[in-house]
Amino acid sequence: MQIYADNAATTKIAKPVIDAMAACMEEVYGNPSSLHSEGQRAAEVLAGAREITARSLGAEPKEIIFTSGGSEADNQAIRSAALWGKKQGKIHLISTAFEHHAVLHTLEQLEREGFTVTLLPVYEDGIVRAEDVRRALREDTALVSVMFANNEIGTLQPIKEIGAVCREAGVIFHTDAVQAAGHVKIDVREMNIDMLSLSAHKFYGPKGVGALYVRKGIPLFSLIEGGAQERGKRAGTENVPGIVGMAKALSLAAEKLEENGAYEVKLRDALIEGLSGISHARLNGDRERRLPGNVNFCFEGIEGESLLLLLDAKGIEASSGSACTSGSLDPSHVLLAIGLPHEVAHGSLRLTLSPENTMEEVEYMVKEITGVVEYLRGMSPVWEDLEKGARKHVI
Amino acid sequence: MLYSEKVMDHFQNPRNLGKMEDADGIGEVGNAKCGDIMKMYIKVENDIITDVSFNTFGCGSAIASSSMATEMIKGKPISEALELTNKAVAEALDGLPAHKMHCSVLAEEAVRTAVKDYYEKNTL
Repeated sequence: MQIYADNAATTKIAKPVIDAMAACMEEVYGNPSSLHSEGQRAAEVLAGAREITARSLGAEPKEIIFTSGGSEADNQAIRSAALWGKKQGKIHLISTAFEHHAVLHTLEQLEREGFTVTLLPVYEDGIVRAEDVRRALREDTALVSVMFANNEIGTLQPIKEIGAVCREAGVIFHTDAVQAAGHVKIDVREMNIDMLSLSAHKFYGPKGVGALYVRKGIPLFSLIEGGAQERGKRAGTENVPGIVGMAKALSLAAEKLEENGAYEVKLRDALIEGLSGISHARLNGDRERRLPGNVNFCFEGIEGESLLLLLDAKGIEASSGSACTSGSLDPSHVLLAIGLPHEVAHGSLRLTLSPENTMEEVEYMVKEITGVVEYLRGMSPVWEDLEKGARKHVI
Repeated sequence: MLYSEKVMDHFQNPRNLGKMEDADGIGEVGNAKCGDIMKMYIKVENDIITDVSFNTFGCGSAIASSSMATEMIKGKPISEALELTNKAVAEALDGLPAHKMHCSVLAEEAVRTAVKDYYEKNTL
């Protein structure tokens, strides 16, 4: 059995998306900035895609900037709000401890450039408190950036409440919705969102394309200079086929948002239930307030990379927050932020489902993961110490 | 592919795996906080390592390095086992990715620590 359960990393592009992109490449090769008919055909296609993208968020077409993906959108939103703040003497930025590195590393760089950054705690349940945002606000706060849903543990944040706090204080509110867009309902008006980042390949669209929503009236600065594309906010000839693919993927997602969500929740809950049968295992992140397809577990006494490799050999493709998979010496900052000790965070497993997964696959995964965890514990000196009491169980 | 075929082979089919109840020397190195702990057991007769086994908590290359190191010292005189270098372990595995070289260092240290433990237990 071959099971892809790493949909938070990327998704398999949908066939209608490929078809839309192929048709676009074959039929619409013009540059949308050209005045001639071929160019104007491309401009029309681009406008249509912008309309669809905007509508999927409850926004206006003029509020959408196409980018190369989520990371660029995050970088531009944060840098832009920081720059705008600085012009008014505001140098304080608020975010959270478990943001994606596209946000955290941008903030670190801004800190080196003279900004002050407050990272809010996310508690054991992996949920930011709107009240904490309110308390952290200062006279000189230029931006609040809180992700819509966490990429590792899938927890959904109280975006509407946080947005309301920011709106009341007159502070720009950005949300990295890369994991949420196309998976849960988003309405930027209703949720008081000023800026929002999304990425097409996380919802069955193509890689290398994303969007930044910027509410009318919020100033935006360009990261890339060189042309008047995207109303001068993002130079470079537009990735028309990619943008068309993203719009198609958003339309498909919107059509089946509730149906797909309910189906994934059913699989997710069965998977959580099954894996909970393993001793000294724990679900990371709030049990209810999480993405429909996200399951993230820690298993005490084992290390995540060896778990992933053995699961891969059994046809299960997943991911982990262990140091060995993060490419650094520390395990995932997300797992540390929810209070897990290093040695437990090393033993994490993330399974992210799509509507293509089946209940049969869930049953297979539960069986195989249970077996592999037992095998690795059997060879683990850490597990031996835990079992004989030389080391204390944490979970 | 992240790992060589040899690393994958030793990871998926570890040699000399398991705890040794009557070991003459035990070496435990690494740190759970960092994600790697290796425990090596040796049996010694007339300065020859007659048997060796290991248990490891760690990534694929940590398990493969432990497995390879046990094969390289089994049946060898202690003096030779002490000459085992991390580089030799990594080379025998057809190389390790740069950020995984510390796994072979742990294997070298596990052998030395087990021998040290044997000496400490057998010196009157």
